[in-house]
Amino acid sequence: MREKLLIALGAIGALWLVRNLYFICLVLPDEAAQGAIYRNLFFHVPAWATCFTAFFVAGVASIVYLIKRDPWYDTMAVSSVEVGVAFTLVGLATGSIWARIIWGIWWTWDARLTWALITCLVYIGYLMLRGAMDDPTTRAKNAAVLCTFAFVAVMITYKSIEWWRTQHPGPVLSFRTGGGSIDPMMESAVYNNIGAMMLLAIVMVAVRMRQEEMQRRVDSLRRHVHAVA
Amino acid sequence: MDQRNFTFLFYGFAAAWAIIAIYVVTLVRREHNIRKQLDNLQRMLDDREAK
Repeated sequence: MREKLLIALGAIGALWLVRNLYFICLVLPDEAAQGAIYRNLFFHVPAWATCFTAFFVAGVASIVYLIKRDPWYDTMAVSSVEVGVAFTLVGLATGSIWARIIWGIWWTWDARLTWALITCLVYIGYLMLRGAMDDPTTRAKNAAVLCTFAFVAVMITYKSIEWWRTQHPGPVLSFRTGGGSIDPMMESAVYNNIGAMMLLAIVMVAVRMRQEEMQRRVDSLRRHVHAVA
Repeated sequence: MDQRNFTFLFYGFAAAWAIIAIYVVTLVRREHNIRKQLDNLQRMLDDREAK
């Protein structure tokens, strides 16, 4: 039942993305100043929205783990971080390719870009830290503490385009600017892609959580096999 | 400029899809490996308990 639900949600997310791709490429006009390349925005912004949400979920799950010590929350945290890192890479790659055309450079040490990279590295560090510890309880506790503090990097990255007006464009979505910075049709395309990517991310997190649970069963069976021997 | 614009738009979309596709392939392979380990261990345990 759960398997079928995940497949159905994944299929809906994929079809939603294809529908959005049609709308973005064939219905929306080119942007006056940027031409066709502005369409990168429709993957760039949703990828960041998805990874920020995933890191937020991981942060909350880590805090709850530290309070309740229930391994389910640790599973939720690591699964969300891993999926979040994948979407962070999408955000960095699409942003860099857009910058090559608009700014003429692949990368600059602007406040937003630098903090985005720091965020990505911190969460990759989280995954590496987990891999370096064998004891499940110690691993879960230390990882939860790191994940809780790592969310500060996400918050700074999110606010950096308001705090420091450097090269990266400022906020454009209405809920941050109060409206008027982006055409409503373009904004709806951004929200549609956020919805589709979030749905796919939920499916990926659910699959990843199931794998963590299966891995725990493998570890437990391995101990049992040794005990029988 | 326009042609480069489209070329880089393609690169952007390709990068986004490729990263997601690579991650999905990684997930599928990991699931396959864990299931295989689980089956092997279960079989090993059944054999040892039968003896």
